[in-house]
Amino acid sequence: MAGIEYGEVEETLKRIEAHKGVIGTIVVNAEGIPIRTTLDNSTTIQYAGLFRQLTMMARSTVREIDPQNDLIFLRLRSKKHEILVAPDNDFLLIVIQNPCE
Amino acid sequence: MEIVHVYTKLRLEFGRQCLFSDRPAELLVDLPTDQSLAPQFIQKTHQDQGLQACRDLSDHQVNTERFESDSCGLNHEEGGWPKDVNPQEMEQTIRFRKKVEKDESYINSILQLGSVMENCIRQNNAVDIYQDYLKDEEEVEGHQEPSSAKTINVFRDPNELKRTVTGLSWHPDGGRKLAAAYSCLEFQKASKDLSLDSYIWDIENPNRPEMTLKPASPLVCLEYNPKDCHMLVGGSYNGQIAYWDTRRGSQPVEVSSVEHSHRDPVYKIIWLQSKTGTDTFSASTDGQVLWWDVRKLTEPTERLVLDPSREGNLDRALGAISLDFESTMPTKFLVGTEQGVVVSCNRKAKTPAEKIVCMYDGHQGPVYALQRNPFFPKNFLTVGDWTARIWSEDIKDSSIMWTRYQTSYLTDACWSPVRPSVFFTVKTDGMLDVWDVLFKQNDPTLSLKVCDEALYSLRLQDNGRLVACGSQQGGASLLEVCPGLSSLQKNEKSLLAAMFERETKREKILEARQREIRLKERSRSEQSRDEDGGREDRDQSPHQLMARAEDDFYVVTEMKRRREKEDQTARSEDLDQDQDHGQNQDHGQNQDHGQDQDHSQNQDQGQRQDQDHGQDQDQDQGQDQD
Repeated sequence: MAGIEYGEVEETLKRIEAHKGVIGTIVVNAEGIPIRTTLDNSTTIQYAGLFRQLTMMARSTVREIDPQNDLIFLRLRSKKHEILVAPDNDFLLIVIQNPCE
Repeated sequence: MEIVHVYTKLRLEFGRQCLFSDRPAELLVDLPTDQSLAPQFIQKTHQDQGLQACRDLSDHQVNTERFESDSCGLNHEEGGWPKDVNPQEMEQTIRFRKKVEKDESYINSILQLGSVMENCIRQNNAVDIYQDYLKDEEEVEGHQEPSSAKTINVFRDPNELKRTVTGLSWHPDGGRKLAAAYSCLEFQKASKDLSLDSYIWDIENPNRPEMTLKPASPLVCLEYNPKDCHMLVGGSYNGQIAYWDTRRGSQPVEVSSVEHSHRDPVYKIIWLQSKTGTDTFSASTDGQVLWWDVRKLTEPTERLVLDPSREGNLDRALGAISLDFESTMPTKFLVGTEQGVVVSCNRKAKTPAEKIVCMYDGHQGPVYALQRNPFFPKNFLTVGDWTARIWSEDIKDSSIMWTRYQTSYLTDACWSPVRPSVFFTVKTDGMLDVWDVLFKQNDPTLSLKVCDEALYSLRLQDNGRLVACGSQQGGASLLEVCPGLSSLQKNEKSLLAAMFERETKREKILEARQREIRLKERSRSEQSRDEDGGREDRDQSPHQLMARAEDDFYVVTEMKRRREKEDQTARSEDLDQDQDHGQNQDHGQNQDHGQDQDHSQNQDQGQRQDQDHGQDQDQDQGQDQD
């Protein structure tokens, strides 16, 4: 059972990585350790640490305004590309994409 | 005591409706005051007291101390790994990662997050929601907002004894830094404790200068090399030139030798356009303009003495206070002098005598600032005494446009690098004036009081929006100008060109008229003195020949005049001559500088040494009017 699902995970991640414009994907755990990444080590560590903090702060902001609310998704658009962060209780999925012109 | 009210009702009347009736008031109890109790009470004065049903609040303002902050980086190390995993070991980390991937919660969350993520990624690929649809449309010119400028920062001299900011220079690469030269220009006011340092400021940090420059003598002017943003050259109070490389520290890399430097403070130093990028030239009130190659500061590469008689005589040289050099005209440059004359020079002239091309006499005091218009190099701006004047190179007699006489002395000026018709001036009452020649000519478009003390220097950043001005107490203020004054308007260049042409033409016409009148005068007097020709032909320079000829002429005219005075007819002739004098005066207020021969005909008797000093002429005119 776990094996099949593990295959699904792989497939999902591969599909995400193969999308048009995606530059890189990182999966980070609750402690900020990158579990799976397509970028180089130093960049990954930087992203992992920084986005963990940012996501926690974003989540706490949302919940402070309305305690019933929770953060589902975080999108950061910068001059060069867009960074999408999907938070979960234990893990964080970060995707860096270059949106089409 | 008890107050009791008793009423009775028959039982059979219970439950019946009440029938009310009026009756007058009945006194039930009357308690008189008991005066014996009075001493137990304290009489209080009546007072009005307002009542309000809210909390008491208070408003208080506090001025906090200046908070100095400093930016520095943090060293970040990888962390978060559990104790048994060594982050440096690849094997352990990989093993840990694999373990996590097998975890069930991981699988579930990834599947769920993946679907959310995919949705958003696809969104990005669908439509560019940030596409600029209206980029191509032209910006609609809104109504003209009033011009404004606001102070962004003030950089104060960190030393106890404040010195004047005499020179400012922007960093050539983006203008993030400002170099300021500090010195005390007042004669003998510089005490021994006066710090010699000059500073480079980062405009974001007004608390502390970014770098200190330590010359041997205070710097009067300072310039960044426009080609190399690490090189600076500075002219100091004792006449030496020093050159710094900011990568190499605060001490100058090289200093010029004292024997070959200027003998007075170096008021202006400018970098030249050359292949090596290391040539500069400097000007000082000792009358010399020296060219230097910064790689070898032991001796200047070239020297020019600002002697108006073109003889290279240092004693008669005019002291230079400002310099201007335009890179589009690399061999010509302008020098502003203490005597109020602007000298135009050509560096590549064949003989030293021809180096000084012409002189423009316009101010009654030193020409403190001089700059060519970056868009119209034939026109330049000078500032001195209480006016600012715009000149055209072709008209040597007077400026083509000038401001009104201001209430205080103008100390510095410069053109805006983006708008050809805008220039800025600073005055000794601490005001910064922005003049827009196309908008208003009588008054400055914007007048700002920057500080209470006098402002001595001014410099605009290349983008035209930031202005730095330096004051007497060592404060350099950074101002930002509103976009209306720092962005090119439509048709500005053509309008300004038309204006300059018009003014130039006006001056030309006046000059021509002037010449006509004088010519008429001369021909009339020559006719009656033809027999006294007798000039000796000697081998003399044309200059001396002319002097001689004029001397002869005066002697003769003087004699003739005296003779004529005795006759009756003399008076009528004098009257005629006087009228012509009068006419001459009216047209010639601004233009008689330098046109010597004609003046001398009418008035000057005997003082013919220095033909080029128009000022002498004017004084004599006043005295000799009959």
